[in-house]
Amino acid sequence: MSPMAIHAPVPAATDPAVIRNFCIIAHIDHGKSTLADRMLQSTGVVQPRDMKAQYLDRMDIERERGITIKSQAVRMPWNVDGADYALNMIDTPGHVDFTYEVSRSLAACEGAILLVDAAQGIEAQTLANLYLAMENDLTIIPVLNKIDLPSAEPEKYAAEIAGLIGCDPDDVLRVSGKTGVGVEALLDRVVAEIPAPQGNTDGPARAMIFDSVYDTYRGVVTYVRVVDGRLSPREKITMMSTGATHELLEIGVSSPEPIPSKGLAVGEVGYLITGVKDVRQSKVGDTVTSAAKPATERIGGYEDPKPMVFSGLYPIDGSDYPVLRDALDKLKLNDAALVYEPETSVALGFGFRVGFLGLLHLEIIRERLEREFDLALISTAPNVVYEVTREDGQVITVTNPSEFPEGKINEVREPMASITIIVPSEFIGAVMELCQGKRGQMRGMDYLSEERVEIRYWIPLAEIIFDFFDQLKSRTKGYASLEWKTDGDQVADLVKVDILLQGEQVDAFSSITHKDNAYSYGVMMTGKLKELIPRQQYEVPIQAAIGSRIIARENIRAIRKDVLSKCYGGDISRKRKLLEKQKEGKKRMKMVGRVEVPQEAFIAALSSEGAGSETGAKK
Amino acid sequence: MPSILPEGDPAPDDGRLPAHVARRVREAESAGAPRTFSLYVHVPFCEVRCGYCDFNTYTAEDLGPGASRSSYAGTVTGELDFAAGVLAASGVPARQLETVFFGGGTPTLLPAADLVGILGRAREVFGLAPGAEVTTEANPDSVTARSLAELAAGGFTRVSFGMQSAVPHVLATLDRTHRPENVPSAVGWARDAGLEVSLDLIYGTPGESLEDWRTTVEAALALRPDHVSAYSLIVEEGTKFGSSVKRGVQADVDPDDQADKYLLAERLLAEAGYRWYEISNWALDPQDEGMHRARHNMAYWRDQDWWGAGPGAHSHLAGVRFWNAKHPAAYAQRLATGVSPSVGREEPDAEARFLERVMLGVRLSEGLETSVLDVAPDGGAQARGEIAAMIAEGLLDGRAALAGRIIPTLQGRLLDDAIVRRLAGF
Ligand SMILES: Nc1nc2c(ncn2[C@@H]2O[C@H](COP(=O)(O)OP(=O)(O)OP(=O)(O)O)[C@@H](O)[C@H]2O)c(=O)[nH]1
Ligand SMILES: C[S@@+](CC[C@H](N)C(=O)[O-])C[C@H]1O[C@@H](n2cnc3c(N)ncnc32)[C@H](O)[C@@H]1O
Ligand code: SF4
Ligand SMILES: [Mg+2]
Repeated sequence: MSPMAIHAPVPAATDPAVIRNFCIIAHIDHGKSTLADRMLQSTGVVQPRDMKAQYLDRMDIERERGITIKSQAVRMPWNVDGADYALNMIDTPGHVDFTYEVSRSLAACEGAILLVDAAQGIEAQTLANLYLAMENDLTIIPVLNKIDLPSAEPEKYAAEIAGLIGCDPDDVLRVSGKTGVGVEALLDRVVAEIPAPQGNTDGPARAMIFDSVYDTYRGVVTYVRVVDGRLSPREKITMMSTGATHELLEIGVSSPEPIPSKGLAVGEVGYLITGVKDVRQSKVGDTVTSAAKPATERIGGYEDPKPMVFSGLYPIDGSDYPVLRDALDKLKLNDAALVYEPETSVALGFGFRVGFLGLLHLEIIRERLEREFDLALISTAPNVVYEVTREDGQVITVTNPSEFPEGKINEVREPMASITIIVPSEFIGAVMELCQGKRGQMRGMDYLSEERVEIRYWIPLAEIIFDFFDQLKSRTKGYASLEWKTDGDQVADLVKVDILLQGEQVDAFSSITHKDNAYSYGVMMTGKLKELIPRQQYEVPIQAAIGSRIIARENIRAIRKDVLSKCYGGDISRKRKLLEKQKEGKKRMKMVGRVEVPQEAFIAALSSEGAGSETGAKK
Repeated sequence: MPSILPEGDPAPDDGRLPAHVARRVREAESAGAPRTFSLYVHVPFCEVRCGYCDFNTYTAEDLGPGASRSSYAGTVTGELDFAAGVLAASGVPARQLETVFFGGGTPTLLPAADLVGILGRAREVFGLAPGAEVTTEANPDSVTARSLAELAAGGFTRVSFGMQSAVPHVLATLDRTHRPENVPSAVGWARDAGLEVSLDLIYGTPGESLEDWRTTVEAALALRPDHVSAYSLIVEEGTKFGSSVKRGVQADVDPDDQADKYLLAERLLAEAGYRWYEISNWALDPQDEGMHRARHNMAYWRDQDWWGAGPGAHSHLAGVRFWNAKHPAAYAQRLATGVSPSVGREEPDAEARFLERVMLGVRLSEGLETSVLDVAPDGGAQARGEIAAMIAEGLLDGRAALAGRIIPTLQGRLLDDAIVRRLAGF
């Protein structure tokens, strides 16, 4: 058994040969963060009294939802056979929306622990993350977790993993992040198998930025992996993409709290603080070099994640617009994937069209805006980006249904996704039926074992961003796992359905749908609005239309009685207060033409459309 | 009155009123438009709790010391003494009572002698103005020829019976204990005793057809009462009826059906010589002389002053509203220890007072003087625009508006709350 390190290697003075950089990758909830906890404990960087579950999930939202959203890197000492090592471990998120966080982390490592829940086996995100790790040429250490569970089937899943990565089932380590069994052996295995980083110790400094976080107290904290040379405190550094130069105010390692050091040398992972206030000046994927002796070539580029899903975000109280703008600016500091631009809606006023990586990302951003900035928001139904070619050949990129051009159209292209679904084989029929119904095309099917299959489809992205995951789960009794990535586009028969109140179009309710779904959208929306909009002094027709063609219609009859029949001495205070409340409520009314629509009607009409869908396993 | 108390500020233990109450009362008097003074006495007892009713009332005979049916008259007369003391200590000039109203609950569950005794004490401490109106509410099966005669002899001038409906299945849905035939006899006895008679009706009970309602109105008219109140059934939260509707085991009321029934009531009542003077009230007044209106209730709508005695009762004095502890035992306990029974108080600010004036005034056939709108921040400009629009829409009487009064039309009466909101600018 390996003891804790006796003389922890000192940053900036550590021989690359004793450094091991690795990340933990897995499907959501397979126990990465819990395994990380045990490592923090075994290596002694977190004292037992300070320990708490999923120590590295620090954001409130991570703790409440029990999921990891941001990767975290930690330097830990370890001793094997009397030799001291420095391990850099990165815990990564498992949810598909945050795959880009995983890719960044992989770029800072030579190896990855592929963690698989011994009661669940390989899931879709296991495959996706394994694929990313192999692309990065990382050494993979396969590990079964949760072997303490009575329902664990380590034999079966060791075979499944061995079949997937081509190793011997006996090479699959077995651990429990809960009890700690096998964790020390795993750390020894990391030391033994993962290659030490290699780099030019004496060359010009080059460090790759793999994360950049805004902190109210410290400004921007930049996480780097040094590839060549070294960085030292108070030297001037240059961002190679922009040429901007900053002074290194602080440099150090996270262990897991920040510890300033005398610098960072080849192969080391740590953080930099330069005093910049904007993460855009310290971009993920950029290369940091020394200003005095700059490198000439950047480390391989890193692509910014591309938003897939767009939604309009509007403050319920119009006067909160500046607060929303500032809040988005602040969140953007930590979230390169967040993009937005101002937009106006006739019905909802001033707001932003915001691009997200997926629905979970949307939900989390929305929740953080509401919670951290005390905003009340309405979000419009999420949509994907369409390319519309008009008759005159002009191509229009549509991120908002209201941009969909009127008049004759040559073609509409919609983004597609490749999805991988892993399910017990008895559900093949159910999955195929669902995917076909969502206009998917089957691309292949493989048996992982006798009972479990991997099914692949090419499917319109728009069809999977709403309630696809919920439907998949319910049709497979919760057994299916889903992984997707965007994959090209296709021409499709898409139309814009508008909703009209008393002849006035309500832009917030317009939707781009496949022609076959237009009618059901129209019926659903008009029906819902009929229930949600209170009767007015006039009759209010509600229509759904494609262009000038009405496809569905409802009617809100005029109100005939709006008076309280009793108002005596003791009723007066109560009745006045009721009116005062209505007066307050009036502020939450939006006028569409002369129709008063309560804010709540917008929220309710928009919310069930799309919310609560493919947003992760935990509730 | 509804049993849920509003939110307000705490009231002082001695019940003392702010100095401006006395000032306003004196000012009104010297301006030649004295604020009239009335008394409401709440009696919180009933034989049976009707499912739709959320009044502050209890079926138990004994609710604690000073709060049993037999000791209640003593307790409430104690409050009258206390009230006189508070008014005097607050410098409010003494005023005789223009009207007295015993409401409930079922006041007539108390012996007539008790009601007469309470009235007697009111006469002693405040005085009754000449020709004062003294009303009691009564359930049709809670009176006898004798009890009514005794009330009349003791100074009562008017009785308001809770008839509600003449149709047995409607009475059953409403949990009423009386049978239709109780009403004519009770009305006869009241007449014999020389009392004016009013009948309360409820329309729009689920299961009541338009014909049922016609039957009820015609049955009421056949008795030629001096006054009729007709209320659309209100589904009150927290009542048995309300929770059955919520759970879906009881059909809800239908506002369109209630609108139809209101229109029918107006037609039948008008044809029989009854004139509406408030949204839900009609007086037998063929010559349009303002006869038979409930003067006590008019005092509420005209924003006059009254003291409300009894548990949960509300009072209003020159812009200050206050209310008593709700539970009869808590109420009695406070009085017994010399503490004001009033637990909450509010002084609506100018904007809230304006809203009150509008919401009360436009319920009446006499309407609201347009000059009331001048106090709005914009001098009433917006409200005047709305008045024009509402005349065009047929909600307000155009001629009356030209003459300086805001009076709803028949259609406007059904949309009265919308009129209030629009006049108040929202
Ligand atoms: N019984 C048992 N439960 C475990 C073990 N490891 C983790 N868990 C539980 O599994 C759940 C998920 O654990 P996490 O560590 O948050 O999983 P994760 O992979 O980090 O999840 P994401 O970051 O959201 O992808 C938690 O309820 C843990 O308590 C284990 O070894 N045994
Ligand atoms: C204090 S209550 C009743 C007096 C007496 N206890 C009775 O029921 O006959 C006065 C009137 O209010 C009316 N009322 C009570 N609750 C009502 C409700 N929920 N909806 C409509 N009218 C109601 C009834 O017409 C009732 O006669
Ligand atoms: S008798 Fe009158 S006060 Fe008593 S519960 Fe019935 S409606 Fe309410
Ligand atoms: Mg985690």
